[in-house]
Amino acid sequence: MADTSTRLSSGIGHSVDRPDGVAKVDGSFEFSNDLHHERMLWGATVRSPIPHGRIRSVDIGPALAMPGVAAVVTHEDVPGSPVYGLITHDQPVFASEVVRYEGEPIAAVAADHPDTARRAAAAVIVDLEPLEPVADSLTAHEQPPIHPDGNVVRRVPIRFGDVDAVGDVVVEGTYEMGMQDQAFMGPESGMAVPAGDGSIDLYLGTQWLHEDRDQVAACLGLDDADVRLHLAGTGGAFGAREDVSFHVHACLLALHTGRPVKMQYRRDESFLGHVHRHPAHMVYRHHATRDGRLVKVECDVVLDGGAYASSSFAVVANAARFAPGPYKVPNAVVNASVVRTNNPPCGAMRGFGAVQVCFGHEAQMDKLAAALDMDPVELRLLNAMETGDRMITGQVVDGVAPVRECIEAAVAFPMPPERSDDLFEQPGGAGRTADDLTIRRGVGVAVGFKNAAFSEGFIDDSHARCRLEAGKVTLWCAAAEVGQGFVTIARQIATEVLGTDEVDLVRASTVDIGSAGSSSASRQTYMSGTAVLKACQEVAEQVRMAAAVRSGLAVESVGLVDGCVRSLDGSLDLAVADAAPDERFEADVRHMHRDTFPLDPETGQGDSDVTWIFAAHRAVVDVDVELGLVNVVEVTTGQDIGRALNPLHVIGQIEGGISQGVGLAVMEEIVTDNGIVRNPSFTDYLLPTMVDMPDVRIALIEQPEEGGPFGAKGVGETPSLSSTPAVAAAVRAATGLDLPRVPIRPQDVALP
Amino acid sequence: MSSSDGTYQLTVNGEQRTVDSSWIGESLLYVLRERLGLPGAKNACEQGECGSCSVLVDGVLVCSCLELAAAAVGTDIVTVEGVGELSPVDDTGLTDVQRAFVTEGAVQCGFCTPGLIVAVHDLLDRNPEPSTSEMREALAGNLCRCTGYGRIEAAVEQVVEVRRG
Repeated sequence: MADTSTRLSSGIGHSVDRPDGVAKVDGSFEFSNDLHHERMLWGATVRSPIPHGRIRSVDIGPALAMPGVAAVVTHEDVPGSPVYGLITHDQPVFASEVVRYEGEPIAAVAADHPDTARRAAAAVIVDLEPLEPVADSLTAHEQPPIHPDGNVVRRVPIRFGDVDAVGDVVVEGTYEMGMQDQAFMGPESGMAVPAGDGSIDLYLGTQWLHEDRDQVAACLGLDDADVRLHLAGTGGAFGAREDVSFHVHACLLALHTGRPVKMQYRRDESFLGHVHRHPAHMVYRHHATRDGRLVKVECDVVLDGGAYASSSFAVVANAARFAPGPYKVPNAVVNASVVRTNNPPCGAMRGFGAVQVCFGHEAQMDKLAAALDMDPVELRLLNAMETGDRMITGQVVDGVAPVRECIEAAVAFPMPPERSDDLFEQPGGAGRTADDLTIRRGVGVAVGFKNAAFSEGFIDDSHARCRLEAGKVTLWCAAAEVGQGFVTIARQIATEVLGTDEVDLVRASTVDIGSAGSSSASRQTYMSGTAVLKACQEVAEQVRMAAAVRSGLAVESVGLVDGCVRSLDGSLDLAVADAAPDERFEADVRHMHRDTFPLDPETGQGDSDVTWIFAAHRAVVDVDVELGLVNVVEVTTGQDIGRALNPLHVIGQIEGGISQGVGLAVMEEIVTDNGIVRNPSFTDYLLPTMVDMPDVRIALIEQPEEGGPFGAKGVGETPSLSSTPAVAAAVRAATGLDLPRVPIRPQDVALP
Repeated sequence: MSSSDGTYQLTVNGEQRTVDSSWIGESLLYVLRERLGLPGAKNACEQGECGSCSVLVDGVLVCSCLELAAAAVGTDIVTVEGVGELSPVDDTGLTDVQRAFVTEGAVQCGFCTPGLIVAVHDLLDRNPEPSTSEMREALAGNLCRCTGYGRIEAAVEQVVEVRRG
C-alpha cells in the first residue's frame, strides 16, 4: 500500500537508485556481448585494409574449407536493399565494386569458435586495386567523386540580417577540431536468432531499435514484422550506436546457417566499425561595436564526413545554426558544408555539429575581448542571448534561455587552491617530468548551446503505454537505455503520477510498442519522458473517473493531486494506483513535439528547432610550458536543465560529458594518415582516466521548460559543448599561444 | 591440474571448476565468460588497457584478458561474482563497495563497473584510507566513459568513511 500522506520519495526530483544498479555491480546484468546460446556460432567481419580501392575479386573458398566454418556471406547474399544508412541510404551492406574507407566490410564469416571465425575472416582472399584516397576535406569537393552521390553531402548557407554590415572592431581566426571517438566501453555486439519460419530476432545494444529494424528489414528483404529487435544491455553509446554496424551481417549469417550467430567487435574493429565526430575546419570573422556588441558573425565551416553520409545531413545544419554561439547576433553569413572523403565515416557524437563550432565561436569571443580590451566574461554577458532573441535562422528563441545565469553560475565558484607539492598534481603526474619553474596556471571560460530533439521537420515521435492493474504499473517504451538512466526516469514519472513505486518497465523491443525515437540529441527525457507522462496521466484520469463513480461522488468533485485521487470533501484520498484495485486501466500514447521546418536552401532561414539548451564552463589548468603537459585542475559549470528529475543522474551526465569535453581538448584524436587510422586502440587513443579528470563543480539552473516533463529539458549533450573551449582558453591563458586546434598536443605547446 | 586433452581445473571464487575441450591459447577472460558462465568480467579492449576485465589472481589485481587461463591453474581466482568472499555482504548479497556504487550514482552503462568493483576492493584492502591522489592513481587503470569518475570517487569515499566507523 502506497503512502498517501506525502509524495513518494521515489518520485520526481529525488535521486532514486537505478533499477539495474544491483545487477550491474554484482556482474549479473546481461550486456549484449554476454548473450549466450547453446547452438550459437560466432561471426567475424572481413574488412578492407585500404581506404580506397577497386575490388577485383573475393575468394571465400579458403575460409569455407576451414574446419568449424559454417558460412561466409558477401554482397551476393544480400536479398534486399544492398545499401543502408541513417538518413541517406548510401552505405553498402558489403562492398561489391569499390571500398571507400579502411575497415569497410566486404564479407562476414560464421564459425564455431570466435578465433576460428577470425582466422577464417583472414583467410578470405580479397584482391584489391588500390586507388588514390581523397583524404583532404578542404579539396574534396574538387576531387573525382568517390561515390555516385558525389563528394558534397550537403551545403547549408545562412544569410541573416544585413550581410554587408561592418563592425568597428573585426577579429578573424581559423580553427580546427580533430576526429573524436565515442569510445563507449562495450564494443558493438549482439546475437541474431533465426526463428525457423524465415523471420528473425536480433538482440543488440543500440540507440534506436525501430530505425535499426527498418534498415535491417529492408536489407534482408523481409517485412518489418518479421524482423524483431530487442534491446540487450548496452555498454554506452554517445552517438556511435545510432548507425547500423554488424546488424545485417549477423542476421544474414543466422538465416544462412539456421543457427544463432553472435558478433562482437574487438576494440580495433570498433574504432573502424562505427562513425566518429566530424573533424572540422572553421574560418571565422567577428564584427563588433567599440563597446563590445556583436554586429555580425561570418563563418565558413567544412566538416569531413568520411566515406558515407550517416547523419551528416543533420550535423552540418547544426554546425551552421549554432555557429555564432548563444549570443545576440543581428547579422550573419554562414557557409557550412560536409564533404565525402575516404576517411572513416563520421556521424553522431554527443553535441554533434554544435561541439565543433562552439570551439570556434568561443575562441573568437576571447579574441574579440582581447581586441576590445574587455574582460571575456563581461563580453559574453553583454551579448548573452535571452528569451525573445532570434537565432540566425530567424527563429525566435521562445523557450527558457538562461545564458546569463549559466555564465554567472560557472564563474561564481571560488577558484581552486594553488598547486601543492603533491607529485600527482603536477602536469604529467607522478612521472616527475614537470618542472616547478615552468608550470603556469591559466583560466578560461566558454559558453555553448544546442537544440534538443530532432529538427528541420524530421519526424520525431515517441510511443508509450501504461497499464495499471492490481496496484501495479507496467510501462512499455522502446527508448534505448544506454546508461543515461531512462529506465529510472520512466519509473519516477509513473510513481509521481500514479502514487506507487511498484512500476515495471518492459524490456525495450520493436515487438510490442512503436518507436521511441533515438537515444540521442538530448531527447529521451524530453520526448519519451513526456510520452510516459502522458500515458500515466491518461490512466490516472481513467482512475479518477472510476473512483468517483465507485464512491458515489460527482466526477468534478474528485481531483488528482500528488499521485492521489482526492475528493473535495476529503472522503476520498487514495494513491491513484490503489483507488480502483480490481479494475484494469490502460493508455497508449504517441507524443510528438511542436512542428519544425526545413531551413531554406538559399538563406538558411526557418523555424527548425524545438527548443534549446545552454551551458557555460570555466576551466583551470596547470601547464608545463616547456614540456607541453597539461593538467586540467578544475572545471566549474552552470547548466540549463529545466528541471532535474533525478539530481544524482543529472550530475552524472554532466560529469561524464565534461570528461569527454576535457578529452577532446587535450587528449583524444583518431589520427589518420591518408585515410588509414593509426591509433585504433586504447593504447594509442587516449581517454581521460581518473587521474586526468579535473574536479568538477556544478550549478544546476532550474527554470522549467514548457515542452518537457515536469519542466525538464535534456542534459546529455550540453556538458560536452563548452567544456572543450573552456579548457583550450585556459591553456591559451597559461601559455600565451593561439592554439587554434584541438586536441592540444604537447608539441603544440612546447614547440609552437 | 591439466591434461593433454585441454582439460584442466581452475579455482574460481573458492570453487573447483573444470575446463574441458578448451583451446590452450584461450585467455582467462574468455574461459571465465564463455566456458565457466561467469560473464561479470568484461571484454572492452582485450589488450590490458581498460581494466574492465579486472580479477584477482592469488590476491593480485590483473587484467584477465592478458592471462592465459591454462596458466592460472593452481591459483585462487576472484571475479566480481565472488567479491563477497573479500568483504562482508548485506542482506541483499552486496558488499559495501557494491552498495555504494549503486547509491552514489557510480553506475551508468555499467560496463566498466565489475572491473572497478574488484579494483576498489583491492585498493581498500591494501590501503584502507587512500588520499584522493592515491585513489586516483590506483584506479587509473580502469577506464569509464560515462561517469567522468566523480560519482565513483564519491562511492569510494563513502566506503572509506563507513569502514572508518
